[in-house]
Amino acid sequence: MGYQDQLITSESEVNEKFKSIKKSPVLLNKEAWNKRMEKRIIMDKVARKIFSLSTVFALVILGILFYRIGVQSAGWLNLKFLTGNLSIFPEKAGIYGAIIGSVWLMAVVIPVTLLLGVSTAIYLEEYAKEGKFQSFIKTNISNLAGVPSVIFGLLGLAVFRRLFGLGSSILAGGLTLSLLVLPIIVVASQEAIRAVPNFLRDGAYAMGATKWTTIRTVVLPASLPGILTGCILAISRAIGETAPLVVLGIPTLILAIPESLMSDFTALPIQIYYWTLDTVLTPEYANLAAATIVVLLVVLLLMNSIAIFIRNKFQRRY
Amino acid sequence: MDKAVNVRDIIKKNIKSKKNVTEKIMPKVFLLSASISILTTVGIVMTLIFDSYRFFSKVPLREVFSTRLAPLNANPSFGILPLINGTILTSLIAMCVAIPVGLTAAMYLSEFASEKRRKTLKPIMEVLAGIPTIVYGFFAYSFVTPLLMRIIPSLGAKNALSPGIVMGIMIIPMVASLSEDAMSSVPNSMREGAFALGATKLEVTFKVVIPAAISGIVASFVLAISRAIGETMIVTIGSGSSKNFTFDITESMQTMTAYIVEFTSGDAGIGTTGYYSLYAVGLILFLFTLVMNLIAQYISHKYREEY
Repeated sequence: MGYQDQLITSESEVNEKFKSIKKSPVLLNKEAWNKRMEKRIIMDKVARKIFSLSTVFALVILGILFYRIGVQSAGWLNLKFLTGNLSIFPEKAGIYGAIIGSVWLMAVVIPVTLLLGVSTAIYLEEYAKEGKFQSFIKTNISNLAGVPSVIFGLLGLAVFRRLFGLGSSILAGGLTLSLLVLPIIVVASQEAIRAVPNFLRDGAYAMGATKWTTIRTVVLPASLPGILTGCILAISRAIGETAPLVVLGIPTLILAIPESLMSDFTALPIQIYYWTLDTVLTPEYANLAAATIVVLLVVLLLMNSIAIFIRNKFQRRY
Repeated sequence: MDKAVNVRDIIKKNIKSKKNVTEKIMPKVFLLSASISILTTVGIVMTLIFDSYRFFSKVPLREVFSTRLAPLNANPSFGILPLINGTILTSLIAMCVAIPVGLTAAMYLSEFASEKRRKTLKPIMEVLAGIPTIVYGFFAYSFVTPLLMRIIPSLGAKNALSPGIVMGIMIIPMVASLSEDAMSSVPNSMREGAFALGATKLEVTFKVVIPAAISGIVASFVLAISRAIGETMIVTIGSGSSKNFTFDITESMQTMTAYIVEFTSGDAGIGTTGYYSLYAVGLILFLFTLVMNLIAQYISHKYREEY
């Protein structure tokens, strides 16, 4: 029997064939088919709606968050608030000290993480031989990225405060935050360096450049936008980080503006934390916290826009 | 005729020159900074173990695994179970929010949304992920808790429910973007095969894409749990510092992270059992998150389907 005998040419033929085998055929029962198809299409449409709703949910929350904080800070956020000193009286309180404290912190975090992070990335991408040691460092960095920030606070407390005797100074806080954000900048720099094509390196070698000269004059300039983007992301993480600083034991009310690396300090997120805690006693502190949050979010938004700008403007694809 | 140039001499000269010294030193400098990251890990593990050891040598294990936590009491007791309970409950609430919303958002972004819409929605998700946790803490305390109080009148000003929900919201972008990465790395040919058989988008998503990307999706869930366990400021502000052992999520309860924050900002002097208890709690917290991260790595390596 050739296969042509098995070909079905009409619906009635199918029905007959099925009748002889079993009950009524489901295959080409048009009504049932259409009903089922309709159900599937409706399910598809409903699912699409639900899925898009949950995406919109995130958007709505973001809107509510910004709106609430905007409303609560309205009237409190003015020049006097930005340039005034801390005070226990909500009407007089300002966050000048906290802003300067955050700037000082970043003055420690930026050079330390940039130096350590970029050289670690250069080592891993350019010098390290494929092997156990390299993969050990890589696993180690990815695990460090998953360690909760409070733990870094405990590390800072034990090492920088207790062992090195740095107290609750800017240096102790800055170094703690640097270690916390180091994995971010290492991974970003690694990706940036890896994206530099090999023919650029080969060109430099062909002209007689040594390895370090090649890295310094070819690889680093080419990967700079990626490294800077990573750096900005790391800083924006560090600037909003609260837990490690609180664990280090930053004093609650600091009236003096920090003057050196060894000064006691307060920073924007810490100020938000203490004011939020104390809203039970003084409800106006909630407004102060909201106003400080606005300042922090504006700074973060600015930095992220710069990062996106750098990424779009300077990043070259080879 | 000029003097003949001896190439060998030039090479020898170059090898001895200053340039060559930097050439030899730089790799060592880089190796040194690469080892800082290892030193950090060693530092974390050492401080946690040393100071926890002092704690465990003072406090009997039976007391540690009890439900009574009263570090400042005249008759102090250091039971860690209330903290573990608080941590697990708040993380569970967070997962109840983050996993369904995050996964469906990932399915939408990866399978349903048009390219244009995807390009506008993803940056918004990134903004949500970039907001500092202290801001979420403030949001939980000043907005979500009062809102929930209208629905559940018995809710306390400090409770586990509100920070749990807000923590879930904070984690949504993480689950969504990691799952979306896993799902969009499923090759299109597989989708097209299913479409050719007459499947709808929903069927393709559930029967082809999700099974193929399951390792990445599960890994994102595990990482999200680890993130929730380690989250500090939201629970510190929203859930308070009650050290009761309770399963009632409308009450205040303390997590491990919140305990650490409360105790250092208080004046637990160096040398007291209370001070060392921080490190014991820190050690357990560290182990919890480390195990979670290792599980996530294992899942995504072991069960990854290569195409």
